[in-house]
Amino acid sequence: MAERGNGGGAKPETAERPRGCALVTGASRGIGAASARALAREGWPTVVNYRSDASGADRVAAEIADAGGRALALQADVSDPDRVKGLFASAEAELGPVLCLVNNAGMRADGLSPQITDEQWRAVLDANLDGAFHTTRAALGGMLRARFGRIVNIASVVGPRANPGQANYAASKAGLIGMTRTVAAEVARRGVTVNAVAPGLVETKLTEDVAGNGLLERIPARRAGTPEEVAACVRFLASTDAAYVTGTTLTVDGGMSA
Amino acid sequence: MATAVTTESVESKLFAALKEMGAEGEVTREATFEQLDVDSLDLVELAQVVEDEFGVELGGDDVKDLQTVGEAVDLVVAKAA
Ligand SMILES: NC(=O)c1ccc[n+]([C@@H]2O[C@H](COP(=O)([O-])OP(=O)(O)OC[C@H]3O[C@@H](n4cnc5c(N)ncnc54)[C@H](OP(=O)(O)O)[C@@H]3O)[C@@H](O)[C@H]2O)c1
Repeated sequence: MAERGNGGGAKPETAERPRGCALVTGASRGIGAASARALAREGWPTVVNYRSDASGADRVAAEIADAGGRALALQADVSDPDRVKGLFASAEAELGPVLCLVNNAGMRADGLSPQITDEQWRAVLDANLDGAFHTTRAALGGMLRARFGRIVNIASVVGPRANPGQANYAASKAGLIGMTRTVAAEVARRGVTVNAVAPGLVETKLTEDVAGNGLLERIPARRAGTPEEVAACVRFLASTDAAYVTGTTLTVDGGMSA
Repeated sequence: MATAVTTESVESKLFAALKEMGAEGEVTREATFEQLDVDSLDLVELAQVVEDEFGVELGGDDVKDLQTVGEAVDLVVAKAA
């Protein structure tokens, strides 16, 4: 609306952020777990979402609580829109509106494209892309009302760039970056930012089978990244300091795509 | 708990929300969203207010043809019935 001065956009933010919680999808281990811990350290009550790894999610929630934070482990397959509705209802009832959303849940099902089955194609797109859309849609109403919101999508260096054997994964991550930019443009004037983080090779269960393969030679830093190094980027993009950063992709890959 | 849906309760909530959102000029049933300088993103926010207050979900197809505040009020009441 025109009245707000400042070009109709939200006022520059102060260090204050409204009351609400952070929700990290796929936070039972890896990058999601590290992100949940990092956001909890910033004072966010944090929802640790998982699909099947309940003990992992409980462990992450307990670690957060032990460190003096507040956390809640909640099961939901993000590829199912109805389950996502339920996830948000539970999160909001317990911890208030979701004002920080990290779309981290993701999977791979690799194969050369002539060999990717319908099931492998759908499973990867459903989890990595549709899942992020379902949660984004569920979160935006509350963020718009609060005039504050942070959405961070965990994309990948694969997608913008080729990686033979991952056509489904690359499509999902390139799609996620496209969604990031457009949603960012839709809601920027309400103090809601939407960004992506694009990791290169990070040591997690997802990549335990690929680290050998001479891949380190292609990384200028000559090592894989850690989940905590990705979480540090998430923490920055979720902070009030990053109020003017939106629609962008922050690459964290040890120089691999430099 | 959701507030009971009556024409009066919806009207008062929507009028208040529109004022809070900084609507231009006087908010009346007859005022058009265009006159009030309420844009499509404001309507999304208004739909969220309606969902939070009254438990009535409004989709994009529901709100896209709304012209006046009165139409929005009537739509919420009709959807709740
Ligand atoms: N590791 C890397 O090198 C790397 C590089 C670039 C991008 N990424 C991206 O970073 C994100 C996290 O990866 P990671 O390496 O930490 O993988 P990870 O250790 O395999 O963790 C993936 C997490 O996502 C959850 N998940 C998967 N599908 C889900 C669904 N449909 N609904 C809810 N949760 C779901 C898993 O939970 P359950 O086990 O309970 O299903 C698990 O908690 C992914 O999006 C991945 O694509 C990773």
